[in-house]
Amino acid sequence: MAAVESTTPPLLAMRGIGKKFTGVTALAGVDFTVRAGEIHALLGENGAGKSTLIKVLTGVHAPDAGEISLNGKPIRPASPKEAESAGISTVYQEVNLISSLSVAENIGLGRQPGWGGFLNWRALRRHAREALARLEIKCDVDAELGSLPLAIQQMVAIARALDLQAKLLILDEPTASLDEKEVEELFKIMRQLRGQGMGIVFVTHFLDQVYKITDRITVLRNGELVGEYATAELGRLQLVSKMLGREVKDEEGHLAGAKDAASKADATESSAPLLEVHQLGRRGAVHPLDITMRKGEVTGLAGLLGSGRTETARLLFGIDHADSGKIKIRGQTQKISSPRDAVKLGLAFCSEDRKVEGILPNLSVRENIIFALQAKRGAWRTISRMEQDKLAEHYIQALRIKTASAETPIKNLSGGNQQKALLARWLATQPELIILDEPTRGIDIGAKAEIEQLIAKLRSEGMAVLFISSEIEEVVRNSTRISILRERRKVAEMNGAEIDLHRLLHEMAGAAQPHE
Amino acid sequence: MSKSTSWSWRKSPAIWPLVGLVLLGLINLVYSKNFFSITQRDGHYVGTIIDILKNGSPGLILSLGMTLVIATGGIDLSVGSVMAIVGAAAATMMAHGTTSLPLVLAVSLGVGALCGLVNGVLISWLRIQPIVATLILMVAGRGIAPLITDGNQVLIKLDSYNYFGSGFILGLPVAPLVVIVLYLVVWLWLRRSATGLFIEAAGDNETASRFAGLATARIKCLVYIVCGLCAAVAGILATSSIGNSDPMNDGQYMELDAIFAVVVGGTALNGGRFNFLGTFLAALMLKTLTITMYFVGVRPEVAPVPKAVLIIVVCLMQSETTRRWLGRLGRRAQA
Amino acid sequence: MNTLLRNRLPQLTTAVIFLLLFAAASLRYDYFFSTRNVSSLFISNGSLGVIAVGMTLVIFAGGIDLSVGAVAGFANIFVATMVQAHGWHPIPAIFVGVAIGVAFGASMGTMIHYFKQPAFLVTLAGMFFARGCAFWISESSVTVKHPFFLYLTDIKAELGGTIVHPLPAIIFFIVIGAGYLIAQFTRFGRNLLAIGGNEQSALLMGLPVGATKITAYAICGGTAALGGLVNTFITGSGNCTYGTGLELDAIATVVIGGTLLTGGRGHMFGTLLGVLIVGTIQLIIAFDGTLNAAWTRIITGMLLLVFILLQRLLLRATQKRVA
Repeated sequence: MAAVESTTPPLLAMRGIGKKFTGVTALAGVDFTVRAGEIHALLGENGAGKSTLIKVLTGVHAPDAGEISLNGKPIRPASPKEAESAGISTVYQEVNLISSLSVAENIGLGRQPGWGGFLNWRALRRHAREALARLEIKCDVDAELGSLPLAIQQMVAIARALDLQAKLLILDEPTASLDEKEVEELFKIMRQLRGQGMGIVFVTHFLDQVYKITDRITVLRNGELVGEYATAELGRLQLVSKMLGREVKDEEGHLAGAKDAASKADATESSAPLLEVHQLGRRGAVHPLDITMRKGEVTGLAGLLGSGRTETARLLFGIDHADSGKIKIRGQTQKISSPRDAVKLGLAFCSEDRKVEGILPNLSVRENIIFALQAKRGAWRTISRMEQDKLAEHYIQALRIKTASAETPIKNLSGGNQQKALLARWLATQPELIILDEPTRGIDIGAKAEIEQLIAKLRSEGMAVLFISSEIEEVVRNSTRISILRERRKVAEMNGAEIDLHRLLHEMAGAAQPHE
Repeated sequence: MSKSTSWSWRKSPAIWPLVGLVLLGLINLVYSKNFFSITQRDGHYVGTIIDILKNGSPGLILSLGMTLVIATGGIDLSVGSVMAIVGAAAATMMAHGTTSLPLVLAVSLGVGALCGLVNGVLISWLRIQPIVATLILMVAGRGIAPLITDGNQVLIKLDSYNYFGSGFILGLPVAPLVVIVLYLVVWLWLRRSATGLFIEAAGDNETASRFAGLATARIKCLVYIVCGLCAAVAGILATSSIGNSDPMNDGQYMELDAIFAVVVGGTALNGGRFNFLGTFLAALMLKTLTITMYFVGVRPEVAPVPKAVLIIVVCLMQSETTRRWLGRLGRRAQA
Repeated sequence: MNTLLRNRLPQLTTAVIFLLLFAAASLRYDYFFSTRNVSSLFISNGSLGVIAVGMTLVIFAGGIDLSVGAVAGFANIFVATMVQAHGWHPIPAIFVGVAIGVAFGASMGTMIHYFKQPAFLVTLAGMFFARGCAFWISESSVTVKHPFFLYLTDIKAELGGTIVHPLPAIIFFIVIGAGYLIAQFTRFGRNLLAIGGNEQSALLMGLPVGATKITAYAICGGTAALGGLVNTFITGSGNCTYGTGLELDAIATVVIGGTLLTGGRGHMFGTLLGVLIVGTIQLIIAFDGTLNAAWTRIITGMLLLVFILLQRLLLRATQKRVA
């Protein structure tokens, strides 16, 4: 369904939006247009600027540059409330309603019908029932919101947004926790709203869904606009290429893959596997999958954002509990129910979210580096201060961590150096298997090369590495074997010489043939 | 790149309570020239400073345990009630004929540890918020303590027990010596083993600590047990100093003083690095403040008012909002 | 109907416990079930009830106020002293007393919301402050002999054969009635629960979070002062030590009434039940004669624990797991 060209101004027009946070440019010169009666997908990998753009639109951040206009009139929302009054409503993945209150209350909160200051509950309930009926949602308006399935909670959020006379509806990752049937219900409502002239922004990483329901796609990358396209005219492979910033030329991709794979032909295929994962899965996180890892191998885990890579790592490391499957280490089935168990078995996990899951912010670089090792040894087998200093110094040199001293609180270091310190923390435990989740994110080019060299060194020393990265060339360059995930399923595996950048892209995109 | 940075007063947060103490000392000098004097009488030393140390001992010990709890990001509102419970238990034991001091001490400490364990289990395994969990023992404890003594105050006649609160070693009162020993023992334990590091890590970022392989639930439970033990010791010192157990009033509101001492002493309420020296000085400062009020002529019952003002001032100073205001004022002044 | 039942489960549990308790006591003790007893439940706990109403509103919003006992004590001695020693007429004294409570609560609320300080610490300091001020006004108790005052304390009514002084109960009913209307039928009341349920979401939904929280603390300060006043009507005098420990009783009353201590869930009716239960426990202990008065605190503590655990379990059972 191609959008009809008209002279009326688009529903939403964002022009030249720029936003900087201390030292980081989140958005630069981004245009974003949504027409009335259109479902528009906003896509981009990590760091693309999607969430910043949405926050600018909903008044959470003020843009440093650019303008926003709604139906031709310029607006400057300074708070979520103002954005809502202007007609822009957002439904977040975590729903952001009050789960302890009823459905009816949530729909009417802040605007309950009443008389002389006193609320009219009957009118509130009736109003809510009508709002839900308009979307053909069936649920008890007196039910506590938190007791309902997430899918229904989202629909209540949409009903509230409608009630607020929204003209533009932003759906931020709405399908991430829904099953297929629920997704269909949601799409039904979205189509209905589109038919009524509403503009819908659909932020997601599920490409199948993008192709099923959206009319147009805007792709962001590294804070800049890559382009705006009609969904029907953009092939899957092209879309993924644009998201990753890669122009895929057949020959090049093929050669690059073969060359790197050949250099790793010393694959230790014959040795017994270190880690065998059999049908490991968790509802809502990742479908049951198998992985095998051997000593001296780097297994790459490739996939787009949301494909389930980190979720898989968390299952392996005992952070999340698996619903199914088993893990065998050196042939013996092991129960890994906590990170502590994993560490005891010789595993290590360098998380992608270093701020929340990695650094001990106020503790020194030295303390951060020795921490996992000390935790492993327990409270009484202390690492003497001298040994600690030696260890810290060793890794600060080896990984070239830029810090004023080993005693500096780690929160004062730049992101990249924090990442290196965390890497040092795990290396200090001398693990047999290390999971690296986006180890090069936020690190400068020089440091990235150092980390890659480090991975090669670890491999040659016999460590098994699980390497997760959104940069596919990195994955291709460093891995001896690659597992490809798409939409929470493992869809393919490539070993050694089979590694091929081109095919990798295809599998990640879900494109069946080399071109749509 | 330098190795370890040396400790200095300038950098430690303990400097603030020290400054407070010095100020109070000066104020006191103005009002009574004998403030700092220590004389000998009946074979032991007496003086205002000695009194402050002796009467402040229970509070100092409570603050010790509270420091650890707050360092993990928690709080323990029940310490005052635990003091009362332990005092009541000890007094009742002795009133019923027990003359073995080790037994009395063992039971007292055991009771304190048990109370701490209850808090620890509620908080680390049942995942109840620390304020809520310790509130329960705070309320119930005010009932358990009188129950043990049948509602009465109980006189303590065992000399060896009362020695803690009223006796002397080398002319100095026993209680402050117990305090110093306890502080040293705990400090050594936490710094010689990795437990101190674990506590700070669990308070600084619990998720990251857990992902790094730390058994955070166990650490959190441990600090509440230690806090309970400290409350037990404080209870012993308090009851042995007056020679009786008053289950309704022992330890009342002392948890608040302890929390205050920890916060002013430089340990953040959200957890992380703890500072024993700061806690010690701040608790001492608080006691000195009360005595100073008395010398200046303020009635002891009204003394809570300046304490409250102090807490508010500290709160304001620690607040982000204040810093922003001051920043804005500073910029306007420059313009 | 089924959903409404499920939503009110905590209050129903409390109601059942209360009825069982009262019934058991009536069977065990002679003359327990009498008009005198039932009316004393409301009269002698009038102060606690009034204070608990304000505390309920603050807890709805996810806050807590540890100063209410001290504020009650302050109002108690303030009004008595103003009337007796300074010749004020009771009515302006009462108004000023409550106004001070309101202003005090509002300032604490401002510290908590704008300066982002933890509620328990700020209200703790508030407790110290108010208690100290109470002592500063007068250390000894003050008996009020003003004619209007004596008239108030003397209001009698005949109920089923016995004479009672119903003023505290009447005030309690008025206050809890108002509390119920506010909590159930005003936007302010519903906003309190929204903020307690999820402050972030409440902000995003555009609710006036700051104003609502500060108002809640202000009301709480006001009811605390009022509670202290009610006590002067019962005893005919003011005492600076009144209210010691009352904050804990108030919190326990609210939680036993089924309100979640972390906020977002609860009903004013639950607070009424909480007062009844605490009152019944005290009555039973007084009636029994052999039971130590200390048992009140222990049982209150135990009930508090049971309810907090119950709340946790209920929460886990009804909330769907968000992936």
